[in-house]
Amino acid sequence: MSRQVSMTINGKKEVFSIGHSGARWEIPDEETLSLTLRERLNLTGTKEACGQGACGCCTVLMNNRAVPSCQILTADCDGADIVTIEGLQDPDTGELDPIQKLFIEKYAFQCGFCTPGIIMALKGLFIKNPTPSRAEVAEALSGNQCRCISQYHVLDAADALAELNAAATNA
Amino acid sequence: MSYTSKFTRISPKKQYRHIGEDRQRFDASDIVTGKAMFLNDFKMDDLLYAKALRSPHAHARIVKIDISKAEAFPGVHRVLYYGNIPEACKGWGLSTPPAVPILRDKAAYVGDAVALVAAETEQIAEEACDLIEIEYEVLPAVFSTVEAVKPDAPRVHDAFESNILPNVPFMTEHMMDHLVRGDVEKAFAECDHVVEGEGEYNSLGSPMAMEAPGVIMKLEQGRLKAWATTQVAMLYGPSTGVRMQGFPVDTTAFNIGGGFGNKASMQTTTMYTALLAMSTHRPVKMNLTKTEQLLVHDERIGMYMKGKVGIKDGLIHAVKGICYLDCGAYNDCGQWQMGVGLGETQVALGKCQNWDIEGKLVMTNHVQTGAVRGFGGQEIKAVLMPLVMRAVTDMGVDPVEFCARNFAQQGDGWYWRSDYKWYNCREQDYAPVMYKAAEAFGWKDKYKGWLKPTRVEGNKAVGVGVSVHGNADVGEDTAEAYVRFEASGLVYLHAGIAETGAGQRSNIRKYVAEVFDIPVEKVILAPLNSEANPFDAGPIGSRCTITLGTAVTRAAEDCRRQILDAAAKAFFCSPEDLFFKEGFVFYKSRPTQPHHIFEFSHFGSSYTGTGRWTSDYSKSNFNIYFSEVEVDLDTGATKLLKVLVGTDVGQVIDPLTLEMQIHGGFGAAAADSGLFEGNVLDTTTGHIMTGNMIDYKWRTFDDFPDIEAIVEETQPEISRFKATGFGEISGAPGPASMMMAISNAIGVDYCEYPASREGILKALGKL
Repeated sequence: MSRQVSMTINGKKEVFSIGHSGARWEIPDEETLSLTLRERLNLTGTKEACGQGACGCCTVLMNNRAVPSCQILTADCDGADIVTIEGLQDPDTGELDPIQKLFIEKYAFQCGFCTPGIIMALKGLFIKNPTPSRAEVAEALSGNQCRCISQYHVLDAADALAELNAAATNA
Repeated sequence: MSYTSKFTRISPKKQYRHIGEDRQRFDASDIVTGKAMFLNDFKMDDLLYAKALRSPHAHARIVKIDISKAEAFPGVHRVLYYGNIPEACKGWGLSTPPAVPILRDKAAYVGDAVALVAAETEQIAEEACDLIEIEYEVLPAVFSTVEAVKPDAPRVHDAFESNILPNVPFMTEHMMDHLVRGDVEKAFAECDHVVEGEGEYNSLGSPMAMEAPGVIMKLEQGRLKAWATTQVAMLYGPSTGVRMQGFPVDTTAFNIGGGFGNKASMQTTTMYTALLAMSTHRPVKMNLTKTEQLLVHDERIGMYMKGKVGIKDGLIHAVKGICYLDCGAYNDCGQWQMGVGLGETQVALGKCQNWDIEGKLVMTNHVQTGAVRGFGGQEIKAVLMPLVMRAVTDMGVDPVEFCARNFAQQGDGWYWRSDYKWYNCREQDYAPVMYKAAEAFGWKDKYKGWLKPTRVEGNKAVGVGVSVHGNADVGEDTAEAYVRFEASGLVYLHAGIAETGAGQRSNIRKYVAEVFDIPVEKVILAPLNSEANPFDAGPIGSRCTITLGTAVTRAAEDCRRQILDAAAKAFFCSPEDLFFKEGFVFYKSRPTQPHHIFEFSHFGSSYTGTGRWTSDYSKSNFNIYFSEVEVDLDTGATKLLKVLVGTDVGQVIDPLTLEMQIHGGFGAAAADSGLFEGNVLDTTTGHIMTGNMIDYKWRTFDDFPDIEAIVEETQPEISRFKATGFGEISGAPGPASMMMAISNAIGVDYCEYPASREGILKALGKL
């Protein structure tokens, strides 16, 4: 028996059939959200690196919380609001999210494989806390791996966003 | 911790339009929006997926194998083992020399592939591997080089008579395996002080790039086409072809999700994928999981050294030793690493005239090693420098003073890499920047003498250490480039350089833009594949700055000259009367009147210049690395408190890129191999115990010390833009520097990679 789950992905409603009948577009129960995003929806900005929930590359927002999408089953996402890296840029104007702009300004990436996950983890942090300290950002990102070492510049970008937010609050 | 980075250019000069200035990477927007394409984002129809059945034994003979159930499993296209290798591939081999059959009736390490499956999905391929029935006869195994060289040691491969590899030519070069200069015995007799010792730097460090290695291979028109995560797209085909009896391979690469030298040939993954592509006539993809990346992909080569060092009048006067390089089960480029490593010893100890170091490549029953940043030099220096520093400090000489007096300067020289070629060192004197870096670090205050802590607070002792590194392979191998100017005003650059993260593809545009005096955005790179680009050995060994930078500069100059010649011919003037700027030709006498290419060329015309660099190993780059380490005297735990890197890069190409290359000294099994990075091998079973991201230790976001960089730019006359290159060596002197810091903190001579709580407590006499 197949069942349907529906969710919002980057503002667009998506409905999937879940089951094991072998139907071509059916999603098996054990399919991870990262696989659905990458292979079925071609949202390849979400990277999968470890598949163990340990590197943070596949981080997306699920109901405004940063989660590793390789550890979440698509079948369990019924009713969820999912945002991926592709969902941050304004689809009409092409304007980037402030975090994305600051990542460019501060050159907060090297190879860039981990960058979408880091940006989504920061997005989740800033939703909870618009003015985190440098140490709070470092702790929040401790589940995001970067081997090229962009960490110092990522923290600079996050500091800059926290300052912008603080200035906006005080204005 | 405040996680801060301070980056200081001592003498920046504003002399170029782009070089030395920050320029945004052309792929910046793609990276922050997730649009940048990596191999796994590339879709291909008709693809089959490959998996390997891997041996659970470190050394075993296959007594019985039955692939029938796996072959019959729905969705399986091919199951290969030693008994059914396609006829065309029977001569293919692994290792260097490639004398080990690609599949055979033996396994040489835990994880060695004994059968290969190509199937419709990865899951089906995995299932099919489980259906292969196999019986092994377990054989004795050997895991240490010291044991493996003994006459009665188990032999890792039947193909090699002993576990010591022959020093065969690597590609076309005979690599140096025995460095002999002067008369060491006579020199030791002249020394004020001589120390002997042995040590090992062999923790199977994995650079563990974020993106795991992956390869797609497809047989097309009698050649293999590869789409691969290789950082050396132009070298990948030739280096792989050597193992395939010269079979041609063309290569396409995308953005590389971290390279660290560790995504070059990708020996086994490449060969297995190629074998399946040859036998299925379908495109086949093998993509390693993170666990496979840690367990079966190339690790850092191991180094054991037993040596003797003599010092006379504050200078190293004689060095003697034997090195065993631990290649594991399949050697990739050990001959090359040995040649470079022996070369590098003569850079840091540039005043020494008497040498006798012999290197041997040794096979053992653990995972194969391969290219990793540092490439022989970091490994030998991690063992040699602590031994040298023991001699130095016994003599009461300040380590910084010693480094400054001993590092190679113009007038010194070295044998480098291959064919016993001598190179006269030129255009370098790094002593001034060593002193400036020492001052910025506060060395004089912090260094209290050998085996003396900087401070002790309760059970926490803090020590400081220093080491140096320099590598002359900044001028390594051939680089070629084409530059094509089009009537649109755009300049197309054909240069086979991958983007591994250090901004290479963006920054190489600066050389062209500088020659043409145009914005960098007007320089467009041809797609990265071997069909569209000439040879370049790729971003390895800090080489691109000098080598490809020069080739690209020369190609741009050639192209610009052709444009001015054509314009001069049409305008009946001399090329010297003209100049080129912003895509237009101008008379020097009328610098406000631009002339478009259409005024002297047909609308279909373009101009193509070519440029080439050939190997030149007469100059090294430089890094002095200071570290401040805290040791818990009760538990032996270590913590890196502060790092300062000093360098003279000749000329900065891109400041923010250089700053991040310096940051990149952490991570990727570089500096952090001093305090914690490395795999743990169970030498009873041969299993690596750290095949996941919890057990393999890596530096997390909330554990970064303050880092400072002091950058000098002394403008050596080595190329038009006078830049030397730096990236590879940013962490290379880190491990040796940290060993000195620990020794000074605890008051006992200590050297063990990576540092362990147990080892430190033992050194303190507490265990």
